[in-house]
Amino acid sequence: MISIKNLVKTYKTKHTETLVLRGVDLEVKEGEFLGIMGKSGAGKSTLMYQIGLLDHPTSGEIILNGKQTEQLTQNDRTLMRLSELGYVFQDYALIPELTAKENTMIPLLMQGLSREEAGDISTRMLAKVGLANRENNLPSQLSGGEQQRVSIARAIAHNPKILFADEPTANLDSVSGKAIIELFETLHADGQTIVMVTHEEEYAKYCDRVVYLEDGKITREFKPK
Amino acid sequence: MVTHKAPNNSRIMAVAWFLAKRQILRSNKYTTALIIFIMMLTFLNLVVISGILIGLIEGGNIANKEQYTGDLIITTIAGDPYIKSTYAISNTLHAMSDVENVSVRYFEGGQVEANYKTRRDFSDLPDTVGTQITGINLGNEEALSHLSKYVVEGDFLDANESGYILIGANLLHRYSSTFGDAFASLEGVYPGDEVKVTVNGRTKTFIVKGIVDTKVNEVSLRAFMTTEDFLRLVDRPGLNANEIAVDLKPGSFTTPDILKSNLEKAGFAGDGKIQTATEAIPEFLNQIRLAFGLLGNVIGLIGIVVASITIFIVIFINAVTRRKYIGIMKGIGISSKAIEISYVFQSIFYALLGGGFGMILVYGLLVPAFNAHPLDFPFSDGILVAPLSGTLFKFALLLIVTLAAGYVPARMIVKKNTLDSILGR
Repeated sequence: MISIKNLVKTYKTKHTETLVLRGVDLEVKEGEFLGIMGKSGAGKSTLMYQIGLLDHPTSGEIILNGKQTEQLTQNDRTLMRLSELGYVFQDYALIPELTAKENTMIPLLMQGLSREEAGDISTRMLAKVGLANRENNLPSQLSGGEQQRVSIARAIAHNPKILFADEPTANLDSVSGKAIIELFETLHADGQTIVMVTHEEEYAKYCDRVVYLEDGKITREFKPK
Repeated sequence: MVTHKAPNNSRIMAVAWFLAKRQILRSNKYTTALIIFIMMLTFLNLVVISGILIGLIEGGNIANKEQYTGDLIITTIAGDPYIKSTYAISNTLHAMSDVENVSVRYFEGGQVEANYKTRRDFSDLPDTVGTQITGINLGNEEALSHLSKYVVEGDFLDANESGYILIGANLLHRYSSTFGDAFASLEGVYPGDEVKVTVNGRTKTFIVKGIVDTKVNEVSLRAFMTTEDFLRLVDRPGLNANEIAVDLKPGSFTTPDILKSNLEKAGFAGDGKIQTATEAIPEFLNQIRLAFGLLGNVIGLIGIVVASITIFIVIFINAVTRRKYIGIMKGIGISSKAIEISYVFQSIFYALLGGGFGMILVYGLLVPAFNAHPLDFPFSDGILVAPLSGTLFKFALLLIVTLAAGYVPARMIVKKNTLDSILGR
């Protein structure tokens, strides 16, 4: 499903050059729930942004669903993000002017679904994440945990092949965080491939496999289950 | 079913509209109202300033047509003392079914002397003024120019009376003092006073029946009497006139140009100078009209630039503050075009509403108000000239400029790196 070879990412400014990923090799199987852990600044999020096509690696190879991604145009990358990938961000990343349902609908509308079809799917997805009665609420009218559920509903509404989650529980209290991670577990049980960045050990145990990043390299991996 | 094809234009438009509509509906109402208000002021600046400037001249042109030339005027050809074949021309005009009124005017240069009875010092120059002594058929002139409407003191002439004269207000000092020394004028002449009128060495006394005041100099700088009195005073061979003003029936098929052409075809081109009301407008007025129009357009263009900068800033600030969300939308696969167009839709919304309210204000309030209460200028009653075609063109111009002013800043922000936008870097 995901194959990464010798991935390098360097951030350059006028005077400095920071090597964040130093040749990462990684394979993720279809249906796998992978956790990426590491200390702050280890390159966890950077690795996820490269795999999720939100950023361009300096060098190396990323193959997603059998497709080489280095040669993809900007439009192809956007289309691939729209059709095959889903994202859950640490700060929920909901559009403030859109209701929970509308936030969930946008990717579906962009994929060409009618307003009715997109609305039906969004309603089902929001029900799936436990927000059946909050679909007409704006993000500002929802708690952090509820906003993250909307974010998950949006990420899975178009049935992506891979779901990326960047520290999805970091801004939540323990109860909400646990609820979110259990939601991921449910999705995983349904066959969803998930790549999740986290720094919390208690949530890493829900993953099939965890890779540990240190100073831009995978130094170890383990299977918590 | 979900498709994985690149989004087509209709899909992009649908998403752009979806986003724009919600951003407009759920944005701060006061901010939206303020932007629309600015757009309305810009539109008014574009239409009203030039409209008033042109209206100052247009008001004069309309008055000139209504009070002096009618739809068409025949005057003497340079070098000729009279219009030849006046009788034949008049008969031909009266025979035309679309002609409503014809006023045949006779005039000669002459002098009006006032206050001669109270003159004590004969070493002083007499109180005289040079003018065109004009003989008119009262019924015909009234039908064409409604001259009696402009009598501001005393009464209009009576066809059954003789020895009376109407004096143009600009021949009197109390009316023309605002023009400085531009005109020689008579002191203290009132209805009932006696004046001496001298034409070609023949002098006769007349009683002032009334004072006629309009902003058309060809009226306010003349003295009027009945044709009979004129012909008794002036030794003119035959009945050839100096001016023939013609009015067409309202809504008639014949236009002034067609009437002119018909008269020329009838062989009258060599008898007098035939001009439509538009052609009879003095060239300097046309030049002023062009200059005012240009000035109005320059002011309007400045307004357009200010409006486009305003919209640019509004959309830019909106896009900058929403940069993170723009990044997120790009991140989850919403096409850049859809995001950019959503901002263009917002700009169009502001321009449409601002321009729309402006149109309502112009045609619902300002044009009727200016028509009812024209601006009082010395040479005209200024109205607001806002032809619909010109106004719609300016509306379209505002829309296009706003569209560009909305698109450019949105494009600038959308072009930024997706991840940098999401992370606020």
